[in-house]
Amino acid sequence: MRNNLSKNIFFIPYVLWIALFVIAPILLILYYSFFDIEGNLSLVNYQKFFTPVYLKMTLSSFWYAFLITGISLLVAYPTAFLLTKTKHKQLWLLLIIVPSWINLLLKAYAFIGIFGTYGVANGFLEVIGIGSQQILFTDFSFIFVSVYIFIPFMILPIFNALDKLNPTLMDAANDLGASRWMTFRRVIFPLTIDGVKTGCQVVFIPALSLFMLTRLIAGNRVITLGTAIEQHFLVTQDWGMGSTIAVFLIIIMFLIMFVTGNRKQGV
Amino acid sequence: MGNKLSPLSKAFLVLIFLILYAPIFFLVFYSFNSGGTMYDFKGFTMDWYKELFKDTRLLIIVLNTLVIALLSALIATVIGVIGAIGIRSFTSSKAKNTVLSLNNVLIVSPDVIIGASFLILFTMAGIKLGFYSVLLSHIAFSIPIVVLLVLPKLQEMSPTLIDAARDLGASRWDVLTKVVLPYILPGIFAGFFMALTYSLDDFAVTFFVTGNGFSTLSVEIYSLARRGISLNINALSTLLFVVTLLLVIVYYFITQRVRQTGMGGKR
Repeated sequence: MRNNLSKNIFFIPYVLWIALFVIAPILLILYYSFFDIEGNLSLVNYQKFFTPVYLKMTLSSFWYAFLITGISLLVAYPTAFLLTKTKHKQLWLLLIIVPSWINLLLKAYAFIGIFGTYGVANGFLEVIGIGSQQILFTDFSFIFVSVYIFIPFMILPIFNALDKLNPTLMDAANDLGASRWMTFRRVIFPLTIDGVKTGCQVVFIPALSLFMLTRLIAGNRVITLGTAIEQHFLVTQDWGMGSTIAVFLIIIMFLIMFVTGNRKQGV
Repeated sequence: MGNKLSPLSKAFLVLIFLILYAPIFFLVFYSFNSGGTMYDFKGFTMDWYKELFKDTRLLIIVLNTLVIALLSALIATVIGVIGAIGIRSFTSSKAKNTVLSLNNVLIVSPDVIIGASFLILFTMAGIKLGFYSVLLSHIAFSIPIVVLLVLPKLQEMSPTLIDAARDLGASRWDVLTKVVLPYILPGIFAGFFMALTYSLDDFAVTFFVTGNGFSTLSVEIYSLARRGISLNINALSTLLFVVTLLLVIVYYFITQRVRQTGMGGKR
């Protein structure tokens, strides 16, 4: 009995952390979503969320996140596949990961320079004869930079899935007369689908909630759910509406985790 | 498996690496530009670095960032190790999975949600926004990753080791400090390191809970970048890049050693 007690006291810090920083914040968000801007209890925020303004914003946020995830996948899968075939693959993988450890803000800042009016990108366009374009503050620059930032996170789980693949399976498919494309479609891809799902999950959810890039790179033209939350909390101080959007973002997050979840072997 | 990469595949990989690293080297290159812009390289200068080291405000912010990172990583590691040991000691797998899911909430939550909910939490708890609110948030979002990195080490440890120590008369405390902790040390190091990079990298959460008067590097770079190009940021990012590279090399050697001892052979 005494033993159990001392054991429980030992775990208090961790349990306290779960209570204070995991459970309480979610409850607080839910609680605040029922207050309007004057602090009265009401459902007005939820009514507002289902008006065309907010629904359109949610849809466009989804669309951008979908594009970013899709393009990341299209680039990341072949990259991961080719990486598993290189000689020092762990070292190459590490080199892919290194840029993701560079502060996000600095990478965004670099692109302000590259895509600027006199930047390298425009210099290149002039040389090949297209002429200078407005690149910064467009949808293109927003998606390009987002994909740039998320690619390492997409490559990593796919690489791990491909790396675990038994090479004899490919040989077997080959021996049985499958073409390269068929081997990929019927053998390799289905066996690495878990890696793809994980990759999509770790890209899609953050892509929905980006807010710094929308300001620096997209020049406030793109409004994601994240931008809206930030706006309500820090600019207009309408915490109730911000919390309501956050509630929906949390629901979406759980849905995505449920759809892409493969929690059988644990984490 | 043994087939060599075709030239086309090689070109593709080279292109990916080029795109991943170009923005970073672009920043580094222009940090030496005497022209003061991120285009039109006029000549080599170290002026931006000199200016950087004269800027006491910025140096204080760098110091703040480092103090927050080290302190939060240290505390998060302690609580995370406690949590991992706690989760390991559960006998029912249902309780274990529940706690693990709660543990992972902050890993999958978008930064904006974490930031907004912590802002509500600190405001309701009456904690003044500043150093302590930032420190607490960084501890909070670093704990789950420490747990996830320590737990596998604990699980691979054979329970007979503990039984043997107990049979030989070791107290619970001895078992913990002389058997368990040394065994999971690589996991603890990896966790500490990850917590450190999480803290150094974070922008969104800090942005929400920082208030006036206290700033970390990411938040400072954001406000500088919103005002436009300043080559001070380039000089700063070069230094950060070098620091990141050093950290990566250290991390690489730690994990290499773990792998070596883990497999019991060379390389």
